[in-house]
Amino acid sequence: MSRALGIEARDRRRAMLLTAPALVWTLVFFVLPFALMAAISLWQATATGMIRTWSLDNYTAFFTRPAYLGAALNSIEITVTVTVLSVLLAYPMAWIIAEEVPRRYQRLALTLAVIPFWTSYIVRSYAWSLVLSRKGVVNDWLAGWGLPLLDLANSRAAVVIGFTHFFTMLLVLTIYASLVQLPPNLRRAAADLGAGPVAIFRHVVLPLTLPGVMVGAFLTFALCIGDYVTPQILGGGKDLALPQLVMLQVGRRADLPMASALSIVLMALVTLAYLAMARWMKEPGK
Amino acid sequence: MKKTLTLLAALAGTTFWTTAALAQDELNALVWCDHTDDALIKPFEEAHNVKVNLKEYEGTGQALSILAQSKPGDWDVLVIDGIDVRRAVEANILAPLPTDQLPYDTMFPEMVMADQQVIDGKTYAISEKFGYNTVSFNSDTVKATDMADMTKLWSGDFKGRIAVYDYYLPVIGMVAMGLGMKTADLTLADLPKIEDALMKLKDSAASVGEVVSSQTALATGAVDILFGGGEWVTAGLHAENPNLDWIMPEQGAVRWSQSIGVVAGAKHPDMALEFVKYILSPEGQARLATSSCYWGMPTNKAAGDVLTADQKVALRWDDQPSYLARAQLYPAPDAALDQAMQDMWTRFLAH
Repeated sequence: MSRALGIEARDRRRAMLLTAPALVWTLVFFVLPFALMAAISLWQATATGMIRTWSLDNYTAFFTRPAYLGAALNSIEITVTVTVLSVLLAYPMAWIIAEEVPRRYQRLALTLAVIPFWTSYIVRSYAWSLVLSRKGVVNDWLAGWGLPLLDLANSRAAVVIGFTHFFTMLLVLTIYASLVQLPPNLRRAAADLGAGPVAIFRHVVLPLTLPGVMVGAFLTFALCIGDYVTPQILGGGKDLALPQLVMLQVGRRADLPMASALSIVLMALVTLAYLAMARWMKEPGK
Repeated sequence: MKKTLTLLAALAGTTFWTTAALAQDELNALVWCDHTDDALIKPFEEAHNVKVNLKEYEGTGQALSILAQSKPGDWDVLVIDGIDVRRAVEANILAPLPTDQLPYDTMFPEMVMADQQVIDGKTYAISEKFGYNTVSFNSDTVKATDMADMTKLWSGDFKGRIAVYDYYLPVIGMVAMGLGMKTADLTLADLPKIEDALMKLKDSAASVGEVVSSQTALATGAVDILFGGGEWVTAGLHAENPNLDWIMPEQGAVRWSQSIGVVAGAKHPDMALEFVKYILSPEGQARLATSSCYWGMPTNKAAGDVLTADQKVALRWDDQPSYLARAQLYPAPDAALDQAMQDMWTRFLAH
């Protein structure tokens, strides 16, 4: 009995030792900075710095200024649209790679799918702004066919297109990983039991690949809602999103407490998204 | 043996190089993008055997944040918006300058700006470059005569063809001038009327962006007009895009200026002063005026002897007396008015 307890204690010590670097890393690079940011969000900015008196004024300002709430709403609308569109585009793409492309070419297909990741994020955004501009590729093509031109540049549509292009690639990877792990026997068994292709997809494939979809969707949500560059370059300042509002506080107003409060709001939105998606991220049956 | 000798020689060489590199002085400067041009910085580095480390920033708020997070002595030189010098002095950021070593006698008198730069009898910064926030446009698609009345830009006549420069002070100043107000006399009571015009301007705007995206929007034909633009947008692009032009509307324009000073507690105050003197020298001024990031008028008239005839034409050197007479300074709001203006600008961006 005492030997068993000794082994258990030793295992626990070993486990603690092995996880210690990760815990220290998280503490130093996440918990402490986050605590500092949370504390600063309760301070007040002055003309030359900050005063360290505790109050919820910055949060009250966020909830009472329509422009600030509007920025949060813009961010949520853009992010949800991008996440849904990216999933809808990525799933069939991942399906084609996993099911239709011969096994030996799948790696090449995946590489081609993620090639856009190899270019600089900023360059890619500027490239899209040129493609969508009044004299860009899209409008050139429309003009060639005698069709009316579109005002795509400097708009929310441009932001959504730029984001969706980027995140579809990310989602293809997570969904593909779920699809190739799916035992083919499950689909065969479902077919033997009389299920058609639609029923097999709906009742077997989709539920089993949902964790992969949700992990990718959550990553998309978290990265998209916090992104400053794409809305700045492609949005043309038409819509104010939450990260831009944070940058306004830092760059223009030197109001670090308000910037911290807005960042906490941003993190709260990501946490809510996680809580909403978490139940689908688990493998079915676990 | 031969290998050992080669290794020793290489080691000696490396040691010599390292020592030489360490011997070289370093100067840390917090600057605007026009100072990052090699054509401006290299001659100073070579003449003084110094390495100038440049950090670029946009907006005084960002500079104040950077300085607040730095140790005393981290920064030697600061380039700052002309109207924010007083704010920097109040935050104990700038050190007094020896005025007898600076070329005040050859400067444009309007650019001495003692109200902003002299506090309690001490001068803390000197103007190094200026220009106008006004209206830039594509002369192939827009008539100059249509740009002469600023109010036309928020009338809806140019809907979807305007980019607005994303900086609240000059744009608010321009709108105020368009409405017949003086930028120096603005009060909280004036803001509703300005906001009304600003929102109409936003309704007509295709985009709102900072320096690079504003230039790109105009240069690529994404827009035809840049509200808040000026020679700083078009002068550098003029050789490649002669159709890009700018005008000072009949209501006038807002004059921007940037100042340079030595940071209080600088590690290298003497070298920092040398840098300030170089930037204010005729050669430094000509290089700064035609920097690759953006062009602007030098504050030292002596730069006119160094600039080429073409460069002076692009800068509209000969028109400066008239422009200076018609332009007004950026609004210089107190803390409460500034807060209200920034809130208004946030609403403008969110509109």
